[in-house]
Amino acid sequence: MKFGVVIFPGSNCDQDCIHVLRNVLRQEVEELWHKERNLCGSECIVLPGGFSYGDYLRTGAIARFSPIMDSVIAHARSGRPVIGICNGFQILCEAGLLPGALIRNRSLRFICRPVTLKVARQGTPFTRFPKGVVRIPIAHGEGNYFNHGDGLKDLRDKGLVVFQYADNAGDITDAANPNGSLDNIAGIMNEAGNVLGMMPHPERCSEPEMGGTDGRLIFESILTSFSG
Amino acid sequence: MKAKVHVQLKRDVSDPRGFAIRGSLESLAFQGVNKVHVGKYFVLDMDDMPEEKARVMLKAMCEKLLANPVIESYDFTIEKD
Repeated sequence: MKFGVVIFPGSNCDQDCIHVLRNVLRQEVEELWHKERNLCGSECIVLPGGFSYGDYLRTGAIARFSPIMDSVIAHARSGRPVIGICNGFQILCEAGLLPGALIRNRSLRFICRPVTLKVARQGTPFTRFPKGVVRIPIAHGEGNYFNHGDGLKDLRDKGLVVFQYADNAGDITDAANPNGSLDNIAGIMNEAGNVLGMMPHPERCSEPEMGGTDGRLIFESILTSFSG
Repeated sequence: MKAKVHVQLKRDVSDPRGFAIRGSLESLAFQGVNKVHVGKYFVLDMDDMPEEKARVMLKAMCEKLLANPVIESYDFTIEKD
């Protein structure tokens, strides 16, 4: 499968994503500069983490209008896969490909540590694996998921919440919520099931040397679901 | 002409920065501040144009880029030089 990793000015997890996809999963990877419009035949688009445009104005707000985003939006609307990680999730929300917004952590602190996630919805194109609880690191200052009452209800009713911050037993508790996200939301997908946004970084735990391999499950799930 | 745009978090969105600032004011013995809302303030130097045209343009700017309507509200004023 050919992946396209978009690089914005200020992206800083792009090389980690490229490394995992290219060297761990042995897939073809196209590096896409944000000023391009051509996705170069990429089948799955990855919007990586970082601080695109220095987070000026709002996280993801300026990146969302980079030239390549028109092509990414068209790619997503045609049902092909897009995954936004951390800043990538923020960009997807700003672009309207996912509902809601990510605001400042309730602690006001930048949090960088592994967290436990409940796979709130198994069997999606991004969660075709038997594990119901995974451990993946977060690294963000603005990962506090917000949506208005109706929007939140919609996510719940349609089962679009994919990952939730949980304790080690997989229970959703306030103590396990690192940033104040409503419903402990760590990741959501769109209704068509081809766009995933998540704050945790699967590319940071896809090899045993990195202390965990749960992140790899998500990339492998994309391969299984969207190849061919 | 100049346009002055205020953007702030909607009232139902938690504002941890405002909360922290309120706490700090209290610790500095400034009593009676019940809530602090932190916003953004933009000053736009613009070409002169009819006010109605500027209003339409500013509204579009706010809704497209300067504010995120999911979490923020905005208002603006226009000043002729």
